[in-house]
Amino acid sequence: MSPPIEVRIRSGNAWNVPLGEVWEYRDLLRLLVRRDFVAKYKQTILGPLWFILQPLLMTLIFTVIFGKVARLSTDATPHILFYMCGLLGWNYFSLTANSICNTFTANEHLFGKVYFPRLIVPLSLLCTNLFTFAIQFALFLAFWIYYKWLGAAISWDASLLLLPLILAQAGVLALGFGLCVSALTSRFRDLLIAMALVFQIWMYATPVIMPLSEVPVRWRWVAEINPMTAVIENLRRILLGIGTPSFSGTALSLAVTALILAAGLLLFARAERNFIDTI
Amino acid sequence: MGKPIIQVRGLSKRYRLGTLSASSLRDDLDAWWSRATGRPYEIERRADPRDHWALRDVSFDVEPGEVLGIVGHNGSGKSTLLKILSRITEPTEGEALLRGRVASLLEVGTGFHPELSGRENIFINGAILGMKQREIAAKFDEIVAFSEVGRFLDTPVKRYSSGMYVRLAFAVAAHLEPEILIVDEVLAVGDAAFQNKCLGKMKDVSRQGRTVLFVSHNMQAVSTLTQRCLILDDGRLDFDGPSAKGTLRHLGRHEAKGTEYLAPPEAEAAQEPGQHEGEPRIVRVNLVTSEQGGIQIQGKELSVEFTLQTVKPLTRAMLSFQICDSNGLAVIEQWVFDAQLPLCREPGRQSLACVIPRLRLFMGRYHLKVSLATTQGNTLLQTLDHLCPFEVVMHGIDREWPWQPDSCQYIEDGVWKAS
Repeated sequence: MSPPIEVRIRSGNAWNVPLGEVWEYRDLLRLLVRRDFVAKYKQTILGPLWFILQPLLMTLIFTVIFGKVARLSTDATPHILFYMCGLLGWNYFSLTANSICNTFTANEHLFGKVYFPRLIVPLSLLCTNLFTFAIQFALFLAFWIYYKWLGAAISWDASLLLLPLILAQAGVLALGFGLCVSALTSRFRDLLIAMALVFQIWMYATPVIMPLSEVPVRWRWVAEINPMTAVIENLRRILLGIGTPSFSGTALSLAVTALILAAGLLLFARAERNFIDTI
Repeated sequence: MGKPIIQVRGLSKRYRLGTLSASSLRDDLDAWWSRATGRPYEIERRADPRDHWALRDVSFDVEPGEVLGIVGHNGSGKSTLLKILSRITEPTEGEALLRGRVASLLEVGTGFHPELSGRENIFINGAILGMKQREIAAKFDEIVAFSEVGRFLDTPVKRYSSGMYVRLAFAVAAHLEPEILIVDEVLAVGDAAFQNKCLGKMKDVSRQGRTVLFVSHNMQAVSTLTQRCLILDDGRLDFDGPSAKGTLRHLGRHEAKGTEYLAPPEAEAAQEPGQHEGEPRIVRVNLVTSEQGGIQIQGKELSVEFTLQTVKPLTRAMLSFQICDSNGLAVIEQWVFDAQLPLCREPGRQSLACVIPRLRLFMGRYHLKVSLATTQGNTLLQTLDHLCPFEVVMHGIDREWPWQPDSCQYIEDGVWKAS
């Protein structure tokens, strides 16, 4: 038998993030990821295909509207690769953040019946969405090879090793932001409706459709407060060899990300204690 | 015995009624501002009509290995108490100390995914309930055997019948090995045989020295499985003591309608169908059950008291009553003739009673149907149905196989011997 555990249940120990417990429940985390993954692909024939179709269509639309009609610069890179690379990073962030925003509302039933560290659910979403990223990355790779073969000026170097780190930042940012919103939705439900709009605006505020170099230098810092700016710029730098990621921009982005994560963890820990009463 | 495994002290829970409004946002800001400025914010001092205390100052201890029943009407605070103990929500005041791993079964099949197979769901459900994957794997065969769904293990659970679904879900839960098991209404599902299996499993769990908190509307199950029970009433602890006493008290309150029938005044009586002016009437029927509040323990004495009112004397009267089950089917009849006991021979009131020394009816709900007649021309003078509802229970009568409703109508004395 395991050593005696003492659990003291009382009101008040507010800003306590139960990280130790999350570790205790790591088996559940793994099983939930598996469950979501298996369930997703058992249900739909189109399952994985959908994740390919979505970025393809978006890329096509961007290419036509922003590339051909509006003639926005893509730093002399093939339009399709440029947009696809931006969407690759943005999609991982927005899909993950969006699903985490719904943590409380989507799991109301589960949370109302059994206790486990609630943080397990957002963490599992973070992992599940990595599969989506992998599929979209494979698609991107196919196009990359095709354009390289055509002789486009794109290249990789050792900085490619930083890809996991950039991905991790996007994930952490999605987690932090998603936790903030989900914590607030436990009290203010309408927030979820606003989220679709927020993500849309946020995407246009992030250099997905045009490079950061198009932003006037004196306003660049404004764009760099948005932590996704550095994520996308860095991604383009290592995958396409273009873009102008600055050290200060990346540092600012990391700081903002850390801040959002801390706020998310605290707000979430506070909300999970009795959200079931308000929902 | 060492320290109590569960210590609950002054546990209270307040809910805010009504929807979220600007004022609740203002309250939030107030509270936040008070905290920020270091001023104590006494939320309790501000009595608000929207406040509802689902639980108020509840304290109790549970010793290791004890099986504690929790009983109460809907809205009495049972679920809130369980939710707090299973850490789904926090108390507003007070605290609970749990010395051990808790598993709560507030519902079976939590986290089951319809698309996944029984096998996959066993693992997920187990993990949600707090088991390590290693533990689940070790118990896997036992779980499958208990659930009786072996053949369908690789079928998605969406194709399961509801019975199979519940069996699988309960099987996982039953094989948890927490020090404290919280069970709510699980037994309300599944067929009788499976319910018995579940009850048996719960007994085993307590025999292994683990603590069980059992919430149920099934008083029979509570009195069979537990020695001690709590009654919650309107959020407060109303009773803490032996289950046999507690369950009777709870049932008694439920049946407060009373077991006495009093006839309406004369004027109205004349309008009753089949009732003619001047004929004798039954003016009172009183059922005396073995326990208060219309609860009769099987095998104990039951008596029915009658008061008859006679204006015009009657010859060859006959009084009878039937005990009818919940379907209205008469299962017992008793009668008395004027020849045995003079009936309605003189004007005025007359009282008499019928005593059944050992009521052998099986558990269930019953009522009386009373008739007054005369054998002169075999005329029925008055019939009163649905009187004196009462319930027969099996409390204090233990057997190894749990009692199930509807397994028979009555219990006969019998002697078994080898031959």
